[in-house]
Amino acid sequence: MEVPVLKQGPYLIATVQAALTDADLLALRDALVSRIGQSRSRGVIVDVTALDVLDSFATRTLRDLAHMIRLRGAQTVIVGIQPEVAFAMAQFGLTLEGITTTLDLEEGLAYLDESIKIKRVG
Amino acid sequence: MITQQKDPLLQQKDALLSPPVESTAALLTELITHLRKSRTQLREEWVQRITEAELLTAMTRDEIFAEATSVYDSYVEALETGTLEALQAYARNLSERIIPRGVETHEVVGIVLLLRDVLARSLFAKYRTDFTVLNRVLDAYEPAANRIAITVAVGFVQERERVIREQQEAIRELSTPVLQVRERLLILPIIGLIDPHRARQLTEQLLRGIRMNRAKVVVIDITGVAAMDATVANHLVLTVESARLLGATVIVTGLSPEIAQTLVNIGVDLGKMNTVGDLQGGIEEAERLLGYKVYPTRENPAA
Repeated sequence: MEVPVLKQGPYLIATVQAALTDADLLALRDALVSRIGQSRSRGVIVDVTALDVLDSFATRTLRDLAHMIRLRGAQTVIVGIQPEVAFAMAQFGLTLEGITTTLDLEEGLAYLDESIKIKRVG
Repeated sequence: MITQQKDPLLQQKDALLSPPVESTAALLTELITHLRKSRTQLREEWVQRITEAELLTAMTRDEIFAEATSVYDSYVEALETGTLEALQAYARNLSERIIPRGVETHEVVGIVLLLRDVLARSLFAKYRTDFTVLNRVLDAYEPAANRIAITVAVGFVQERERVIREQQEAIRELSTPVLQVRERLLILPIIGLIDPHRARQLTEQLLRGIRMNRAKVVVIDITGVAAMDATVANHLVLTVESARLLGATVIVTGLSPEIAQTLVNIGVDLGKMNTVGDLQGGIEEAERLLGYKVYPTRENPAA
């Protein structure tokens, strides 16, 4: 299933609607990494609220995605991880080290707004 | 749980109450007649023995006598019919009444064994002239009496366990409050021993609390926890990491020297754990993270 990617101001928002296959995940990663350049976006939000499982492959792909986006000059926020999913991930050591996660989309947008502001000032 | 136990008990009862001796049934009938006839005297003797052994001290003599009468009759009935259900029900009912009054397990087991002893002595007295008959009477009596003693004791212990389970549940519900002290700031004071079950519940409540209150920072205060084992310490670390995945920062405060040692021994990554000495410091740090600034509205008169 393809994940729709919406442009919202300076950000790209990808909302995952249903469980994804490994191929879907890779397609999402590639789509976001290429669109970030086309749309000159400053940040990417991946909303995983609908997912009730995040396995090691998904976690690794999200981490790679965040790193690639960073190299392309933008930031990534993963939003909406469910409490049960979060605990399961922690148990398997899949802690998305160094990647920003927030409670939901609203928080994610607030975080990106804040960090862009800081960058402008600095 | 009770219905599960009925069947094995009944099967065992069948096995116990029908030894190969032909006239067992007849002997048992004779025995029961004897016990009925000597009811008053044996009951008195039993109550006397209970008092001497200083059992059931939480109850008055009259109460003991009333209960003893009921137990005696149920006992004889169980011997006669071979069904333990009535006795089981009575034992459960009795346990419900006497557990809140502080009657101990050893007392209940003690009184049933005393009754067994009193009855056996009366049988010895009655049949002492004929050793063969005495042997056979005891063959019929002993297994049934043992079974009855076990039934009563198990009934009591089960009732006790049920009460304990209920209380544990009640304590658990009270034990993990998640409190909001400021917009987006939660505190979670933990007091007492943390077992794996409570640790799990704690995580669940905390993660749910983070979502519900949209918290950004959580202060977990473990001043009231003297020590924790490696499993629980690991669980705490996992909780901190899961909270981060929900976008909340966790500050742990009030680590005792023992807990600090446990955490170092399990090799916790200190980069992931944000710790502050006491609850006050933790809340101040949280306020700083959230961008709060707290200052007195008036000059401190003491300063």
